[in-house]
Amino acid sequence: MKVKAYITLKEGVLDPQGKAVEHALLSLGFQGVSGVRVGKYITFDIQVRSEAQARDQVEKMCQKLLANTTIESYQFEIIQS
Amino acid sequence: MKITAEIVKEHGLSPEEYQHILKILGREPTFVELGIFSVMWSEHCSYKSSRIHLKKFPTKGPQVLCEPGENAGIVDIGDGLAIVFKMESHNHPSFIEPYQGAATGVGGILRDIFTMGARPIALLDSLRFGHPDHPKTRYLLHGVVAGIAGYGNCMGIPTVGGEVYFDESYNGNILVNAMCVGLVEKDKIFLATAKGEGNPVFYVGSKTGRDGIHGATMASDVFDDSSESKRPTVQVGDPFTEKLLMEACLELMSSDDVVGIQDMGAAGLTCSTLEMGDKGNVGIDLDLDKVPCREEGMTPYELMLSESQERMLFVAKKDSEKRIHKIFEKWDLDVAVVGRVVKGETVRVFHQGECVAQVPTKPIAQEAPQHDRPMRQPAYLKKTENFSLQGIPLPKSYGEVLKRLLGSPNLASKHWVWRQYDHQVGTDTVVLPGSDAAVMRLKGTQKGIAVTTDCNSRYCYLDPRWGGILAVAEAARNIVCSGGRPLAVTDCLNFGNPEDPEIMWQFKEAVEGIAEGCRIFGTPVVSGNVSFYNETKGQAIYPTPTIGMIGVLDDIKTHTTQWFKASGDIIVLLGETYEEWGGSEYLKLIHNRVAGKPPSINFQRELAVQKTCLQAITGGWLHSAHDCSEGGLAVALAESCISRDEGVLGAEIRLENSLRQDILLFGESASRILVSLSEKHLPELQKVARIHDCPFEVLGVVSSGRLQVNSLIDEETKGLREIWMTAFERKVV
Amino acid sequence: MKFGVVIFPGSNCDRDCVHVAQTVSGNKVESLWHKETSLPRLDCLIIPGGFSYGDYLRPGAIAHFSPIMPEVKAFAERGGLVLGICNGFQILVETGLLPGALMRNVSLKFICDRVTLEIENNKLPFTCRYPAHSLVSMPIAHMEGNYFADSETLKRIEDNNQVVFRYHGDNPNGSLHSIAGVCNEKGNVLGMMPHPERVAETLLGGQDGRLLFESII
Repeated sequence: MKVKAYITLKEGVLDPQGKAVEHALLSLGFQGVSGVRVGKYITFDIQVRSEAQARDQVEKMCQKLLANTTIESYQFEIIQS
Repeated sequence: MKITAEIVKEHGLSPEEYQHILKILGREPTFVELGIFSVMWSEHCSYKSSRIHLKKFPTKGPQVLCEPGENAGIVDIGDGLAIVFKMESHNHPSFIEPYQGAATGVGGILRDIFTMGARPIALLDSLRFGHPDHPKTRYLLHGVVAGIAGYGNCMGIPTVGGEVYFDESYNGNILVNAMCVGLVEKDKIFLATAKGEGNPVFYVGSKTGRDGIHGATMASDVFDDSSESKRPTVQVGDPFTEKLLMEACLELMSSDDVVGIQDMGAAGLTCSTLEMGDKGNVGIDLDLDKVPCREEGMTPYELMLSESQERMLFVAKKDSEKRIHKIFEKWDLDVAVVGRVVKGETVRVFHQGECVAQVPTKPIAQEAPQHDRPMRQPAYLKKTENFSLQGIPLPKSYGEVLKRLLGSPNLASKHWVWRQYDHQVGTDTVVLPGSDAAVMRLKGTQKGIAVTTDCNSRYCYLDPRWGGILAVAEAARNIVCSGGRPLAVTDCLNFGNPEDPEIMWQFKEAVEGIAEGCRIFGTPVVSGNVSFYNETKGQAIYPTPTIGMIGVLDDIKTHTTQWFKASGDIIVLLGETYEEWGGSEYLKLIHNRVAGKPPSINFQRELAVQKTCLQAITGGWLHSAHDCSEGGLAVALAESCISRDEGVLGAEIRLENSLRQDILLFGESASRILVSLSEKHLPELQKVARIHDCPFEVLGVVSSGRLQVNSLIDEETKGLREIWMTAFERKVV
Repeated sequence: MKFGVVIFPGSNCDRDCVHVAQTVSGNKVESLWHKETSLPRLDCLIIPGGFSYGDYLRPGAIAHFSPIMPEVKAFAERGGLVLGICNGFQILVETGLLPGALMRNVSLKFICDRVTLEIENNKLPFTCRYPAHSLVSMPIAHMEGNYFADSETLKRIEDNNQVVFRYHGDNPNGSLHSIAGVCNEKGNVLGMMPHPERVAETLLGGQDGRLLFESII
């Protein structure tokens, strides 16, 4: 199975990178842009028996390593290959 | 594959060079062999256009332990210690992808140093960008500085100095010259030599991918519109792996197991194998199936030519394999035996049981083509030389001129740049960036070293020979101002297309100038690098032979900085100001002219100034010493007042001189050092100056808040500092 | 007084810390490779600066799972002194030994500079030789030093006097409450972004950092 995990700064935590990108987009003339957040996109393959097991594993990975839950939130998708 | 004339041409080889290959091999080369010849004989690796001129450098001296030809030069500094140093360019890759180009430039020069068994202790970077208003300048500046920071900071090697200049001649070709300085015990130096029949050849570090194939040939080509699409050939740096590689190699070299070691830089596996075989008069059998690969299905051609970063090749003693595996396992690095040293002088490359290349080491390494390219004095010189100041009006306000100079990105404080570099890691940096030269202490000794990079490329454009001499002289002066005794030089010679006779003439002249300068100052050239083809659509850069110089301080406590220390101190000028204005920042910035002859140097006077200054510093009499260079005396005075972070000072100056007043203030006569000292030491300084026959003039005193020069300049130094500190960010960032 | 310095792959201030701790304490300092699973007898453990695991993913995130870390935690729980400097601070917040998180500097750039700090808590074993609320000057060198904690945590650590160092004047990286260093509740684990080991000799521009090591002794 293929896993796609997305890590972003939590709502309410200042994201200086997002702010800089937003500023750049506006100055390039892309009007109406707001709320830019920059995050990480992590992909990998995982060999497990069921999707439920994959979910359980990836949840733990995010909690333990992939995200710092003090400042970051995460979501992920699992794609059968 | 059949080798056609077209394929030969694509490999950057001329028909004559191809004929020579046929003669060496006695047959047609295989595709892999053609690739090997093409990178080994590229300008970048073979120095084919420059070799006959580089021979003119003085390379010997009692301090020299290792001359050009090895990974880096080495000089003896006593106490059983030696300094290993070299400068190298990464211009072309940095223009195409500034972050990675600059980062891997730093990575490459670091490997050159630790390959020799030395621990790197300092980095410097000499950078040239296009005009501040050119649309690409800002992007390139941000990328290059971040790339240098990203690599050097992660490695934990302080970046302590360098230069940043802007000029339209670099609009299409920026320069990124990285210099590294390392420290080694004299009897623990390692060379890139393969020896001992049957000894294993180890590969260690990152896996090999398809990165940078033909990077060396790319550096040997001029840019055209398609260059930016050459992006995929740029390598990506991994400073974390290099840090592990460095620690592992230094640990490895503390044992007796290593026979010879070479990093894989330009031309990767090809160059390291052939050079090690050549130097040791042995052959090497290489088994490509053992090379750790990052990508699948790599061909032998790709494996031999890949420029993947963070890789080393070394030859070890026969019974050492277990111990070596243990070290690299500790550091989580890939290691593999990829070959054996064999009798004879042939490198054989095997892939899936088949011999895909069999080439003799000597002819490839030593019979590389050597060109004595035609030379012609450039036509532009007639115009630039034939220029007089007569039509140039005197400024209405000298204070305004001073402010404009301090506010020019070339002269303004570069703290925006070095603030991004960790310049203190290692706890050896005694004089941080922002003075004439950086000073490093050497733990466990009383000694220190001073390091600097210098080149005024406008001078080199107007007169390459004098430009070369002036670059060496300025470097030596910067070392002296910091309290160091000039010891040796590395250089990075950046020029346009050598096939253009005018460029070749610039090159020859600059080399001869540097050679002369180095002889005068007793600083042999022990390492260096040539970068040609810095040219876009026929527009060459200014000739830019960057000089990196090392000096030694016998007592680190005597180090000196450029800024005034106390009001009431006496300000003295060692040296004299002449009617010299050619190539000055003043002429360019205020009058938009690049013309005239660069300042001249009287060697006797230059040496007298340096000797007097150094003796006064070691005597402990000087509070500050600052080289007068771009912007002339007025800028040097201002910098001495405002560059101290703990608060500005002022100066009351009285100049007695009948020169045109703009030249007096902003002319750039060489051989001048501005010093300050307490009045009680004035007689001692005077006496030493007399002994050395050094021109000596008391200019005035250090005061508190204003810089006053005759009735010409009267400015609050706080305001000057504000301009000088913020200009770089305002104008380029 | 016995110091130990933990070395992770990518640590690069370990030698600097060993040098200072050795000079100040007069005793040999133990260098501890991160794969060790037991500690020698020590009084203070230093987690040095650098780029452990290349700062990949997040600074300190991967070092957190090094074999030595359970030992470090146990050592801290027994009351041993743990000092995390720069990347060491980042590792300590990742492991949860210290509250909060360290985010990218607001400028988005690496900053190497000299800052002025106010000593907010001089009752700790790390700071007892500093006069109360004195100002000291130390270098910083980091990309992720922007201290963050949710408002509850912030209130708690402020109320408990766990903020040990605060930037005085300019806030270089955007840290909440200008926080430059914090300790745990018990006060035996300290994390700080500034580098005291870089100002422990007059030759290097001051002794303000040396006092921290002298306090420990």
